[in-house]
Amino acid sequence: MPPVLAICGFFLLCGIVLIIRGQNAFEFYKIIFLSGFSNFDEFGSVLFNATPLIFTGLAVAIGYKAGLFNIGCEGQLYIAAFAAAWVGIHIKLPSVILIPLCLCAAVFAGAIWGGVPGILKAKFGAHEVINTIMMNFIALAITNFLVTSVYREPGQMIPHTSPISESAQLPRLAGALFFIPESNLLNASFIIACICVIFTYILLKYTRWGYELRLVGNAPDVAEYGGINPRVVTVWVMALSGAIAGLAGVADVMGYRYRFADSFSSGWGFTGIAVALLGRNHPFGVFAAALLFGLLNKVALDIELFLNVPRGLFLVGQGILIIWLVCQDGITKRKA
Amino acid sequence: MIFNLIPSTLRMTTPIGYAALGGIYSERSGIINIALEGMMLMGAYGYVIGAHASGSAWIGLTVGVGLGVIISLLHAVATITFHAEQIVTGIAINILALGITEYLIPTTQRVPGLPIIGAFSILVYLLPIMMIVSQVFIYKTPWGLRLRASGESTEALKTLSLSRSKWQYFGVIMSGILAGIGGCFLVSDVHIFTKGIIGGRGYVALAAVIFGNWRPLYGIAACLFFGFASSLDLIDLWNIPDQFLKILPYILTMVVLAGLVGRSRPPAALGKMKS
Repeated sequence: MPPVLAICGFFLLCGIVLIIRGQNAFEFYKIIFLSGFSNFDEFGSVLFNATPLIFTGLAVAIGYKAGLFNIGCEGQLYIAAFAAAWVGIHIKLPSVILIPLCLCAAVFAGAIWGGVPGILKAKFGAHEVINTIMMNFIALAITNFLVTSVYREPGQMIPHTSPISESAQLPRLAGALFFIPESNLLNASFIIACICVIFTYILLKYTRWGYELRLVGNAPDVAEYGGINPRVVTVWVMALSGAIAGLAGVADVMGYRYRFADSFSSGWGFTGIAVALLGRNHPFGVFAAALLFGLLNKVALDIELFLNVPRGLFLVGQGILIIWLVCQDGITKRKA
Repeated sequence: MIFNLIPSTLRMTTPIGYAALGGIYSERSGIINIALEGMMLMGAYGYVIGAHASGSAWIGLTVGVGLGVIISLLHAVATITFHAEQIVTGIAINILALGITEYLIPTTQRVPGLPIIGAFSILVYLLPIMMIVSQVFIYKTPWGLRLRASGESTEALKTLSLSRSKWQYFGVIMSGILAGIGGCFLVSDVHIFTKGIIGGRGYVALAAVIFGNWRPLYGIAACLFFGFASSLDLIDLWNIPDQFLKILPYILTMVVLAGLVGRSRPPAALGKMKS
């Protein structure tokens, strides 16, 4: 229940801010609704906007279940995106082989970027939060260097790579789903995201690994007594978390831009934390929360256009929403 | 070349130096503070509003520090009173600060800077004084002892019937004040506010806190070193891409945190609210 209350509070707050600015709050709610749900085209765009957030939300949630904070999704998705782009540009193969190959490269790169903080924690006890933050900046700097100095598209001022080969592009869903118009950006990365949601759900609920993961998160001492090595779990959970976060980069490179562009992510890694929190770290909850944030990201543009309200409003709302939720968690934990 | 390096090192060091000192107060009291970035941003934002409205740099500084305190109070209330997850709250504050500055974009006009003595802003000279005061306060006074006790154990202050919360509030508010001053310096230095003015300096300051083993003297030394490293890329010495110098603080922090070289030990009860 608290997440639903928090969302209502969020929309109420936005309305109040608008009234204070002397604007029509009903107009605001109407635009949100129309821009999200008036037809399949709009709804498809919401799903498109939600796709990277599903990945980063899941990544954070998996870590959290094991008592680990992955703040490094942003870095992981950059490194993974670059890996996917590199394979997509340099290797020429038919789609059937090339797309899985790109995905593997991205997942592998993300897993390394997430796994290193895991290893550092398991081996040296170094806090994963600090290391993932530091590795965000390292990933940004490395990809920035590569895309500006080494792999920039020849003759281009904009720092982005050459396009990936056509056979590495993920197909749009417009062809498969007849009710979505041709121009809609929704693509197969959304299907991958759905698969990840189900995969995570099954992993957490029905497998031995999921059990070990949850036990390490809830009661590390019990886990150790039961013969589970928390260090091993720490490493693979962080690697898995990084791999899933990496797929958010894939959604952009292979599903939308078809190339690696410098600083393409608009803070998806950090929004993922809000998504996981709002979704109560449950895969289906994460999915729903990602849809909400996808809607907000999409609507932000229309709001700015029609009501002249800067998108900062949603960032403010997002910040307050997160603080509200963690305070509530804190209170319940203290009572328990 | 040396003549260029020293001023630019000091200009790079000052903002992260203040923020790092702030981070030390907060983390010494046991509250994780990854919101330094947001607190600096609020400081910079407050400075430009205050200085633009009044035409006085000092009013700018006051408003900047005030906003830093307000946003740090939010962190304090959430984490200390409501026991909210400190890392998540910190991130939320960074997002919030970004949203506030994006929503209410302050003036793009030039604002007056703080007085310059010799070649540098007055805040550059104040930093070593602040460092020494902090070092003495934290290590040589009974209050400093209590601040450290609050970070080292959840129960120590309680056994003396002293309030742990009080010292944690103190630590977090100090971080708001000092990070706010750091943000003010940045605007005062270039006379104009831009969206990305902090540019990750809050996280560099966090790195300096860890690299400096949560001590003011070492923390400032780390800032000087990081400031020196980032000045090198301005001068472009050996044709090393600046991206590699930029990531130096982060890599060094990871190395130190892992204990591969030296050892960085956080306060024992950092982030813990219950025993």
